[in-house]
Amino acid sequence: MKQNMRADSVLFIRSLCKSFGGIKATDDVSLSVCRGGIHAVIGPNGAGKTTLIAQLSGQIRPDSGDIEFDGRSILRAGMAQRARAGLARSFQITSVFREMTILENAMLAVQGAQGHSYRFWAPVHQDQDLADIAMDHLMTVGLHHRSGRIVSSISHGEQRQLEVAMALAMQPKMLLLDEPMAGMGKEETFRMIEILSSVGAEKTILMVEHDMDAVFSLADQLSVMVNGRVIATDSVAKIRSNPEVQKSYLGGSCAKD
Amino acid sequence: MVKSSGTRSGKVYLGMLFLLSIAPFLFQWTNQPFLLDLLSRGLIIGIAALSLNLILGYGGMISLGHVAYLGIGAYCVGIPAYYDIYSGWIHLSLAVVTCALFALITGAVSLRTKGVYFIMITMAFSQMIYFIFLSLEEYGADDGLVIYARSEFPVWINMEGAFSLYYWIFGLLILTLFFIHRLVRSRFGRVIIGSKYNDLRMQSLGFNTYGYRLTCYVISAVICGLAGVLLGNFTSFISPEMMSWTRSGELIFMVIIGGTGSLFGPLFGALSFLFLEEALSLITIYWHLIFGGLLIALVLFGRGGIDAWLSKLDK
Amino acid sequence: MDWNLLISQLVNSIQLGLLLFLLASGLTLIFGIMDFINLSHGSFYMMGAYFCGSIVAATGSFFTGIIVGLVGIFFLGALVEWLIARRLYKENHLDHVLVTFGLILVFDALVHIIWGPSGLSIPLPDFLNGQIQFGSLVFPVYRLVIISGGLAVAGILYLLISRTRLGMLIRAGASNRDMVESLGININRLFLFVFALGAAMAGFAGMLIAPITEATIGMGNDIIIIAFVVVIVGGIGSIKGAFYVALMIGFIDTMSRSYLDDFLELLVSTAAAETAAPAISAMLVYVLMAVVLAFKPTGLFPPTAGNR
Repeated sequence: MKQNMRADSVLFIRSLCKSFGGIKATDDVSLSVCRGGIHAVIGPNGAGKTTLIAQLSGQIRPDSGDIEFDGRSILRAGMAQRARAGLARSFQITSVFREMTILENAMLAVQGAQGHSYRFWAPVHQDQDLADIAMDHLMTVGLHHRSGRIVSSISHGEQRQLEVAMALAMQPKMLLLDEPMAGMGKEETFRMIEILSSVGAEKTILMVEHDMDAVFSLADQLSVMVNGRVIATDSVAKIRSNPEVQKSYLGGSCAKD
Repeated sequence: MVKSSGTRSGKVYLGMLFLLSIAPFLFQWTNQPFLLDLLSRGLIIGIAALSLNLILGYGGMISLGHVAYLGIGAYCVGIPAYYDIYSGWIHLSLAVVTCALFALITGAVSLRTKGVYFIMITMAFSQMIYFIFLSLEEYGADDGLVIYARSEFPVWINMEGAFSLYYWIFGLLILTLFFIHRLVRSRFGRVIIGSKYNDLRMQSLGFNTYGYRLTCYVISAVICGLAGVLLGNFTSFISPEMMSWTRSGELIFMVIIGGTGSLFGPLFGALSFLFLEEALSLITIYWHLIFGGLLIALVLFGRGGIDAWLSKLDK
Repeated sequence: MDWNLLISQLVNSIQLGLLLFLLASGLTLIFGIMDFINLSHGSFYMMGAYFCGSIVAATGSFFTGIIVGLVGIFFLGALVEWLIARRLYKENHLDHVLVTFGLILVFDALVHIIWGPSGLSIPLPDFLNGQIQFGSLVFPVYRLVIISGGLAVAGILYLLISRTRLGMLIRAGASNRDMVESLGININRLFLFVFALGAAMAGFAGMLIAPITEATIGMGNDIIIIAFVVVIVGGIGSIKGAFYVALMIGFIDTMSRSYLDDFLELLVSTAAAETAAPAISAMLVYVLMAVVLAFKPTGLFPPTAGNR
């Protein structure tokens, strides 16, 4: 690891290890995510990508290793603390609040970023400022015209968009996106790529994804995980022509550009 | 989620409140003082059920030990009275402080657990209080504690007559309804409700859900304790029996039958339960059999409770 | 130092511990495997005592009462599982609480209707009624019978769970229901068996204690809470945990009731000690639970990885 790379990195993962029983889900993973741009993590199912995100967001405790965010170790910090420190996460299995409206979901996310919520009196639905800020974020993902719809009645793709909007509403320094494209059709994927592309221009994103087309068009840096280890980290072009990666993940036919 | 008074179900609720406000006069007119007693008790239990709904219905914390606060509140009237201390302010402040403390300590431990563990641990803590009072021979234990006068407040607050006590109970009911109404729509309320649906998600949005839920738990306990103070005044016979865990089960039943997560639901539930108890026990001394059977049938076949049924009026 | 008292209280501790184990083991299996909260488990305890009592009254034989009673409770448990519990496994815990709470009311009322409000006493055969002497120590024979009965069941249960195919299926069913189903095992029958087995053990405990305390309405409702504490402190789903913790709680509860006031008298006045002791000994078990959960929220002996 070069020293200037480390200084430039928002997230620095050092020798992270996590085992479940006899299985090494995270095997000595080291990774550096540079400020700005999109860093994607790809790999076959069971490679340990979601476990990695879970450890980064604070849901699971690693057995050993360290995680540095914005220059400081966050290993001991809980989920809520990391979120307030600027590390926002979206979930692979959609975790938005289905009984609330889109706007209510977004307002909740904005509320979380606005200091403590020990306010017992003023009704939230009359808080115009909160609603305005939430609407801004909904506009970024193109959901502002559907803000009054109950989440259980919107499409899967729109729910995934809401996930991203909520992550953005936290005013994060970095986004952790766990398969943002999961379960989406062609059109929805295209829209999500547009959204993420514009978000990635301003914020740092670490993204786990399976959809290769999306990854190749969005990512600046790629890390490939297989069996809990990171076997390569490089630019998109170099990864695509990396023989070891081709062998273990991409398959020989993807060698052509 | 927000029911305005314009909807049909909203009108039913307001109508009910109006009836409750004139009830004592109605009962006097029809010469049924016994009904005033029944209604007074019903409203007290209703306030307790409202407080339980705050953590259970809105917050998803299934506490099987909430009745402990009712008992603590009642003993905060009884024990000072035993020592000839009748000042209402002392009773009130004692109730608020002890309930808050007990809730803070037990809540801090309980809320680290979830699911089945949480239910069991709340039940165990309330059993602990039950047995403590049961073993305090000095204050009557099994035989209970009798008090001879009600809480005394400065001249303009009088609790002695059935009429005046009823209106103080009714007053606390209105205050509680209003307070909970504002609370669940506030920022704090949104965090509590969100944590019920998806605690993990709330944490990943930056909310330290443990702290919020503990606060909610304490608030709920204090409200229940205030109901307990009124209960102590109402019954003038205070025994640990009112705190056994089966009473907490009845309280949960009231919240469910009224419709969780609704404002007025628990009040309906409490009144229905007490009405059912009275009516069924006129039919047979084995009314528990019918009641238990109803309970089982309700869970197996019914959903949503009275409030959901009333909401259908809006459609 | 009254050695007689000490030894007899130690024996009582073990007796209480084993009774708690009989109750808690069924409870912990039902929680751990079916994720089902059964508040009415204490009702099986009560029904066991009443069944046995009636059969003893009808046949005059204590052993017939036990054997036939056990079979009866086993079927009662199976009936409850089939009619009610089975429909609720997929529902949330609140539903379990309400339904089993309703069941308690139903069982208590049924007992009242069938057997009347006053308790049912169960006379012991003469050879069990006597006392046995070890040197200068004297014990009632029956207490030793209870202890051996409890230990025997504990041993059989251990063998069942850890050495038989059925036991393996039970453990597997706890961690992976679908996998067990795909092996062609009828999971419904497995759950039925576990539930009925738990009920039978609870009933057995009731039968054992009834000759001493009488069978009474609602006798299960207070002891079941302690059984829940055992399950939680021991770890849900853990038989081993239930065993150790049940003995531990039996010890703490019995000993504190006997000796706490003497102990407190060393520190405070006699009057204060006498008032405080019963209250504190009532609290101890729950304080223990709170302390354990503060450090280990899933209990002392949670089932190993692979189990829930």
